[in-house]
Amino acid sequence: MKRIVAAVAMALTLTACGANSDPLADEPAASGAAGGSVTVGSANFPESQLLAEIYSQALETKGVTVTRKFNIGAREVYLKALQDGSISLLPEYNGALLAALSPNGVPAGVSSPDAVLAELKKVLPAGTEVLEQSAAEDKDTLTVSAETATKNNLKTIEDLKAVAPTLIAGGGPEFTERQQGLKGLKEVYGVEFKEYKPLDPGGPLTVSALKDGDIQVANLFSTDSSIVTNKFVTLEDPKNLFTSQNVIPLIRTEANNANVTGALNAVSGKLTTENLTSYLAQVQVDKKDIAVVAKAFLSENGLS
Amino acid sequence: MNFSYLTDPAHWDLSATGSIPNLILSHLGYTCLALLFGALIALPVGLYIGHTGKGSFIAINAGNAGRSLPTLGLLMLMVTLLGLGLLPVLIALTVLVIPPILTSAYAGMRNVDQRVVDAARGMGMRPWQVLTRVELPMALPVMFGGFRNGALQVVATATVAAAVGLGGLGRLLIDGLAVNDYSRVLAGAIVVAALAVLVDLFLALIQRLVVSPGLKGS
Repeated sequence: MKRIVAAVAMALTLTACGANSDPLADEPAASGAAGGSVTVGSANFPESQLLAEIYSQALETKGVTVTRKFNIGAREVYLKALQDGSISLLPEYNGALLAALSPNGVPAGVSSPDAVLAELKKVLPAGTEVLEQSAAEDKDTLTVSAETATKNNLKTIEDLKAVAPTLIAGGGPEFTERQQGLKGLKEVYGVEFKEYKPLDPGGPLTVSALKDGDIQVANLFSTDSSIVTNKFVTLEDPKNLFTSQNVIPLIRTEANNANVTGALNAVSGKLTTENLTSYLAQVQVDKKDIAVVAKAFLSENGLS
Repeated sequence: MNFSYLTDPAHWDLSATGSIPNLILSHLGYTCLALLFGALIALPVGLYIGHTGKGSFIAINAGNAGRSLPTLGLLMLMVTLLGLGLLPVLIALTVLVIPPILTSAYAGMRNVDQRVVDAARGMGMRPWQVLTRVELPMALPVMFGGFRNGALQVVATATVAAAVGLGGLGRLLIDGLAVNDYSRVLAGAIVVAALAVLVDLFLALIQRLVVSPGLKGS
């Protein structure tokens, strides 16, 4: 009990710190550079910072003046910063952004990348727009070990239906109660597991449980580098139960021009879930500097 | 404060998995098993050390070191070594209850009046009879104190079982936090606290029944 109270207190303190130390305090320097000027923001997790750095460097190679305001906080905070103009560009995820901007939740049946993008364009805040979305997605998956996949000939979630009653699944505790979780799996695919072990969402406990065979199916996130490292197999989701989470640039219209659009669309054209996973692993597993990894991404994809 | 989760009758249906009575039963299950294994290990050692006076530094140091082990950390270590299941949870909780039982068994035995022990020997009692008929009954009040202390700790800490996919009242806390359902977290906190008080009252009752009336008030 004490531990949970302490954890909550710590979380509150951290949130409070984030609110007090305003990362947006100093105004972006106005610039008259020919290519335009963009203030790039990011959320407070490594993948968002890596994407923001990739955007920044791609813009700089096109002569755009870039101011970096990374690590701002959660979506509630950085969307406000975008709307008040303290930042002008953000890497976003189409599904999560749509959910955040839809007061009544994402409309039923909207989960494929195109459907989400179309719906998202209807609810964007005034003065902002999204550019081309990439194929890279960081979304909920059902993932199995290579052995389980071969033994049961599993490629998609549909293939699970017949064997699910003999399998134990695991992941975050919230997965049991969410529509994009056990409920949806039952309704959309008719998949019902023998048991679900509530562990940690996309965390080390779930990964090691899958590795050791304590669970056979895990709810992991698609850019988790442990999937590649452990040769896990992510099952396809042909009925789009899990809302797509494609990486997409969200920009203030006034900061956009043909040069900026061109640079960012070129990045989106090269981003895939696989390459994002491996570059992110360089940051998270190999502890490389984000700027170095972003530079490698651009040069290895012919964008620098 | 929102008590809706606690007061919803649907959450008190014993037959539903994940209902509060169900979680209380699994919580008490982990608690009883941990206390049983803890007592099986700590009581003989504590009594031996207390009776003979040999190796008392073990009792004192094991007590101090054991108390400072973080249960959640130990649990995660055990899960990494042994995989998921009941065993890692039982090991972590048993390690938690050994120190209070061990030190109280030792202290209870040491506090027995040596003149009474001498008198028992003088009456021709064998060492085993001295232990079971004189020392043990006289040490019981102190030993019960340690046992109740351990039971309280384990009732409060058995919530960690939920962190590794098992049941118990920690489910309400962890699942509630995961889905931002603070009414559920509150229900979990209240039920754990109430359960701890009830378990202590129950053990106090047992203590009244088994401790010799001649020792009351001592």
